[in-house]
Amino acid sequence: MSSQAAAATLDHHHDPTTSTGIPNKKLLMWAFLASDCMFFGCLISTHLIYRLHPPPGTPIARQVFSIELTSFSTFILLMSSLMMALAVNAIQKGNLKSMRWSLLTTIFFGCIFLGCQVFEFNTFVHEKHLTITNSILGTTFFTLTGTHGLHVLIGVIWLSGMLLYSFTGNLTQKDAIDVESMGLYWHFVDIVWIVIFTAVYLLEYI
Amino acid sequence: MEALAKTDFIAKEEQAAKPFVLWRPTAQTGLMSWLTTVDHKRIGLLYGASALFFLVVGGLEALFIRIQLAVPNNTFLSSAQYNEMFTMHATTMIFLVVMPLGAAFFNFIMPLQIGARDVAFPRLNAFSFWTFLVGAIILNIGWFRPDGAPDAGWFGYTPLTTRTYSPTHAVDMWVMGLQLLGVASIAAALNFIVTIINLRAPGMAMMRLPVFTWMTLVTSFLIILSFPAITIALVEIMMDRLFGTNFFEVSNGGMPILWQHLFWIFGHPEVYILILPAMGIISEILPTFARKPLFGYPIVVFSGASIGFLGFGVWSHHMFTTGMGTVATAAFALMTMAIAVPTGVKIFNWIGTLWGGHLTMRTPMMFALGFVWMFMIGGFSGIMHAAAPADLQQHGSYFIVAHFHYVLIGGSLFALLAGIQYWFPLMFGRRVSEFWGKTSFWVIFVGFNVTFFPMHFLGLEGMPRRTFTYDGNMGWNLGNFICTVGAFILGIGLAIYLIAMVYAYYKGPRSLKDPWDARTLEWSLPNPPPVYNFQVTPTIHARDSWWYEKQHADEIAKEEAEHAKAEDTHGGIHMPFQSIYPILAGLGILIGSIGVSVVDPADPTKYPGFWGPKIAVTIIGGAIMFVAVVLWSLEGNEGYHIHLNPDGSIKGDGAQKHY
Ligand code: HEM
Ligand SMILES: [Cu+2]
Repeated sequence: MSSQAAAATLDHHHDPTTSTGIPNKKLLMWAFLASDCMFFGCLISTHLIYRLHPPPGTPIARQVFSIELTSFSTFILLMSSLMMALAVNAIQKGNLKSMRWSLLTTIFFGCIFLGCQVFEFNTFVHEKHLTITNSILGTTFFTLTGTHGLHVLIGVIWLSGMLLYSFTGNLTQKDAIDVESMGLYWHFVDIVWIVIFTAVYLLEYI
Repeated sequence: MEALAKTDFIAKEEQAAKPFVLWRPTAQTGLMSWLTTVDHKRIGLLYGASALFFLVVGGLEALFIRIQLAVPNNTFLSSAQYNEMFTMHATTMIFLVVMPLGAAFFNFIMPLQIGARDVAFPRLNAFSFWTFLVGAIILNIGWFRPDGAPDAGWFGYTPLTTRTYSPTHAVDMWVMGLQLLGVASIAAALNFIVTIINLRAPGMAMMRLPVFTWMTLVTSFLIILSFPAITIALVEIMMDRLFGTNFFEVSNGGMPILWQHLFWIFGHPEVYILILPAMGIISEILPTFARKPLFGYPIVVFSGASIGFLGFGVWSHHMFTTGMGTVATAAFALMTMAIAVPTGVKIFNWIGTLWGGHLTMRTPMMFALGFVWMFMIGGFSGIMHAAAPADLQQHGSYFIVAHFHYVLIGGSLFALLAGIQYWFPLMFGRRVSEFWGKTSFWVIFVGFNVTFFPMHFLGLEGMPRRTFTYDGNMGWNLGNFICTVGAFILGIGLAIYLIAMVYAYYKGPRSLKDPWDARTLEWSLPNPPPVYNFQVTPTIHARDSWWYEKQHADEIAKEEAEHAKAEDTHGGIHMPFQSIYPILAGLGILIGSIGVSVVDPADPTKYPGFWGPKIAVTIIGGAIMFVAVVLWSLEGNEGYHIHLNPDGSIKGDGAQKHY
């Protein structure tokens, strides 16, 4: 597959020590993500169900949301996924330096996303008077997007940890699987956001 | 040789990473060795011991319940105490007895059945156990606190569990405890999934897996897909209780019915989480004592998997009386009846296994046969309330109590008791007295039926469940009295069982290897199995692989000798290092959860903002956990190598040298 001689000896898609050839850590991550799908599925369902039964006095979501800001942060998060993919590719080829830059950009984009969310929450609470307690919309909105934000935060911490770890010299091409499973997590968090963006934000504009 | 190169336990040539290790525990015996163990067999025993302890606790709670209900208008317990008893009895039996007993066998037996030397992530496995234990502690801490134990039912229906109706911390502890048990179960299940898919010995194709291992796999999938539903429901109620959100707050648009849906989306798969391991155990025991292969192996596997799938589509049969509408009710009723089909198929497979077999009536076989019969009765009453119109009469009555005790005791518990008797010689190298084993079976069997059979009639006569007392003129007096007598017989039976077991552990006669002349791989090991499990990674040639090995002893011996040499030159057997971090992370979680669920919120006049002891304790716990996890990952999944003498003893001084 790869042009580099070094990569030819290391097949990152087949692990001869397991029965299926899939690395254990990758399989663990896939199974965990299946489970996490159910977590988000339940939260998103809760939001959508309550959306259909608003009690009188519920704020109008459209008047609260700022679709421009959220579209921007969505785009940023998607770009971070691209950088994550590049990071995985780099470590699989043994290119540590390139991996560090890609990781750093991923972290940076992740932080921008989180910053946007903090800003968004802040405006909602203080200017739009939507709080987690004063309406069912606030309750489901903040819980759902907050849980997603928590996932992004954990991702950012994990990415930063990996970046720091790469300077110890212990992270080599052979450990690409560690970066790869972290990448799986990160992509998943992004995909979930696409669903949330559609089901929570875009839905209010059609 | 080809096959051999595939196993996980051959030395990697060089290990570049220089792990950062603060302290590497090496104790092989004593308390420290248990606290830091990553050996799947020891973790299995820890699960088993905790589960048996809670069996006694839950059993005493049940006896208190039955004493209170023995006669009308009894005042043995107050209504509040009764609520604590029935809540904690159910929560304990489901989450702290049947599930961990299943987990004990998943841990101890499953890796041995697939020819592995451990699970895929040994430290994660230890973490699962410690988190389970923390969850159990949090659930039970209320007994020793002024708030009292959780008292809102094992189903935790809102709005009863909201702050308005349950203002004390008791429900907080229930919420927190169940969340932790969820984390523990999910982490363990992920581990088992990877282990079964990836760590099979060469030749162990999926359709050669022992049925118990298959059921472990299906159960693990059910766990990772259904526990999120209850976890989210619990998060929602916790948010309501801690921060005043509106998920279940009717005055602000919340809908308590949402809780019921989320709970039962978890709750129904959960009942299969409780019964599938049991079915797996039975599918091991019956062939062994009938001296025949399991009848229709692929069908047993397939029906187990389809029960798993269908299990996600029937949750609303717990909600027939909530007025879901005709179409939904009809659909769920049909699905529920459909799920009885694969269940029934299995019964026929077991009967087919017994048919024409040379049955040996040993204690495990008695419990297994008891299972088949009693579980069928529970299945029948299940189908009765699968019919929605009939359920309108039965819902919320003692008929339901009879149903689920037939499937849970006559089903799950009988099978688990059978499993303990069956694998006891393998686990401890000793045998339980056949006389006391059989005696305990008959006492349990009689006690169980005397307790729960009359409940069918009590239910049909209209006695509601979850009631702390009743009037003397309802016609329920005799039935209730019989139930209470039965409960004591059942208790005596279980006591005989446990005492005979504990006695056998210390004083029982030594057991030979493979005492039952069994069929699956775990019996190829000496008892108790050595730390490294298999002297040589086995090569699997057939389903019922140990049976095959026994029939082809010479051929297998030659093959093993060859592989032994090869493995030795490859660096020997890889063993994972012990680790302190799983239990340390568990300790952090314990402190943090006490902060969240037990400590009172701060008095705003004394502390600024929301700061106060509650936040402090929570943050300290969280910090300990975080540090433990970081050190855990820096430590890396390193290990050491051992070389064996031909007799299986470890060469050299056994020092754990890093490779
Ligand atoms: C043939 C298969 C089964 C069918 C058709 C069935 C059907 C049902 C139905 C319709 C209910 C709801 C009754 C009501 O509340 O009105 C119920 C309750 C229950 N079932 Fe089953 N069931 C089956 C097997 C099992 C198994 C294998 C278990 C556990 C090992 C189990 C455990 C329970 C429990 C614990 C409840 C009561 C839950 C509660 O309300 O607290 N069932 N069953
Ligand atoms: Cu059910």
